[in-house]
Amino acid sequence: MSHRSDSRRGLGPRAPAHVFAALGDETRLLLVRKLCGGKPRSISQLTAGSRLTRQAITKHLRVLESARIVRCVRAGRESLFQFNPQPMEELKDYLDFVSEQWDRTLARLKSFVEI
Amino acid sequence: MENRIEKRIELKAPISRVWRALTDYREFGEWFLVKLEGPFVPGQVTRGHITYPGYEHLKWEAVVQKMEPERLFSFTWHPYSVDPKNDYSKETPTLVEFRLEETPGGTLLVLTESGFDKIPSQRRDEAYRMNEGGWSEQMKNIERYVTPKR
Repeated sequence: MSHRSDSRRGLGPRAPAHVFAALGDETRLLLVRKLCGGKPRSISQLTAGSRLTRQAITKHLRVLESARIVRCVRAGRESLFQFNPQPMEELKDYLDFVSEQWDRTLARLKSFVEI
Repeated sequence: MENRIEKRIELKAPISRVWRALTDYREFGEWFLVKLEGPFVPGQVTRGHITYPGYEHLKWEAVVQKMEPERLFSFTWHPYSVDPKNDYSKETPTLVEFRLEETPGGTLLVLTESGFDKIPSQRRDEAYRMNEGGWSEQMKNIERYVTPKR
């Protein structure tokens, strides 16, 4: 995780929790799915085909934005939303880090009990 | 991408030996690299400090949850709270479980750490109120959708 040492949240569970929480909703997962191809989309495009109102979609997009999973970019008079893979990569890094620590710890347990 | 960690490890040692290594606070400290102040007691906090070289300045703290002899040992803690300036106590802890099973060759240890998706109390904003469970499946979904496109 040293390459993320600039992160003010360090290795605490706070940042992953925020990202996990933002992703914990069907509508938001669907929005991520629509956006993760990389192409920025407008609120109208994201609302099309959905049973939800424009307001509801906007609210969900703001939640994703607060977790930095999407960012809002301006294109003329329109707001476009764009996928940002970084928070999810950080989340994966965090779990990989914890996982690696456990591997080491359990290896020590193994050599401790197998005498 | 999962919100829990699971590790399975075969130990060539009798289950009673492994149980002691897990639950005797001195033995635990030997391999976990932590110096604990006292024994593990369900419902109580165990404190100590890390003895891992380079991290000796860090405190270690866990709340013991369950001790079912030769079966289950569990505690909650704040994982890798490595910044001494940060107050981790307000964050929701994760649950660490060590489950033991007897095998022909010795003992199977299944370790899980779960709860990485829990909501820190100081962050009860819209994101958290709108969150409605169903985690593992959703994380699998998100992985399927996102990973191949990187």
